[in-house]
Amino acid sequence: MGDDMEPGATNFKREMLAVLPSLRAFAISLIGRHDRADDLVQDTIMKAWAKQDHFEMGTNMKAWLFTILRNELYSQMRKRGREVQDSDGLFTNSLAQHPAQYGSLDLQDFRRALDSLPADQREAIVLVGASGFSYEEAAEICGCALGTIKSRVNRARQRLQDILQVSGENDYGPDAVSAPVTSRAFVS
Amino acid sequence: MTMNNNAARRIPKTSGGVDKPNAQIASKLRALYTSVQEEAIPDRLMDLLEKLDAAELNAGRPVRD
Repeated sequence: MGDDMEPGATNFKREMLAVLPSLRAFAISLIGRHDRADDLVQDTIMKAWAKQDHFEMGTNMKAWLFTILRNELYSQMRKRGREVQDSDGLFTNSLAQHPAQYGSLDLQDFRRALDSLPADQREAIVLVGASGFSYEEAAEICGCALGTIKSRVNRARQRLQDILQVSGENDYGPDAVSAPVTSRAFVS
Repeated sequence: MTMNNNAARRIPKTSGGVDKPNAQIASKLRALYTSVQEEAIPDRLMDLLEKLDAAELNAGRPVRD
């Protein structure tokens, strides 16, 4: 079907390669741990490759791959139970292993705050705020309504603001997540 | 190019009042994501892609002897 424009590599591969860094960053933001995230990216590459007949060249490869990755993650989570989703402490582990990877302390604080968000809010704000997708695309990737994505992003922003305002304190526990309003009250 | 979708909606940088909380969060989020994005892709992923592609090219070739 595909006419190869360049010998030595298929278009499919080249397009996939172009998306890989962002896809991997998305995986890491969902999972926290680099090794697990890379496993997921690997599974995604294989899934996508097997399904490449379903992909129309010239359409949005990036959104397609992100969708596959996300579906793969959630189906693995269903199989393994909550284990994968339990991101509490993941960031802390990850930090301990790769202290240099997150740049400034400032970013480390931010990452910690991001990790404390509920999974659905985190993925929404990452897709829209960092991966470069429109709200519409993000809704499609997550298989939910546009309004749902918008409200998740808004709640994520709100929580991040609340958490980061108290992030001078070292502890971010369930409190930082479940009672951001209370935390905020402490600052002002 | 299928990326134009994404490039087109890059968030315009407002000059001046950068310390609005939302702008701060947006820029930290992008900085964090970018820092991960700039890491080298692990060899095992690159190798996998190479293998899949090589298999594809071979399989796709009408030449079989």
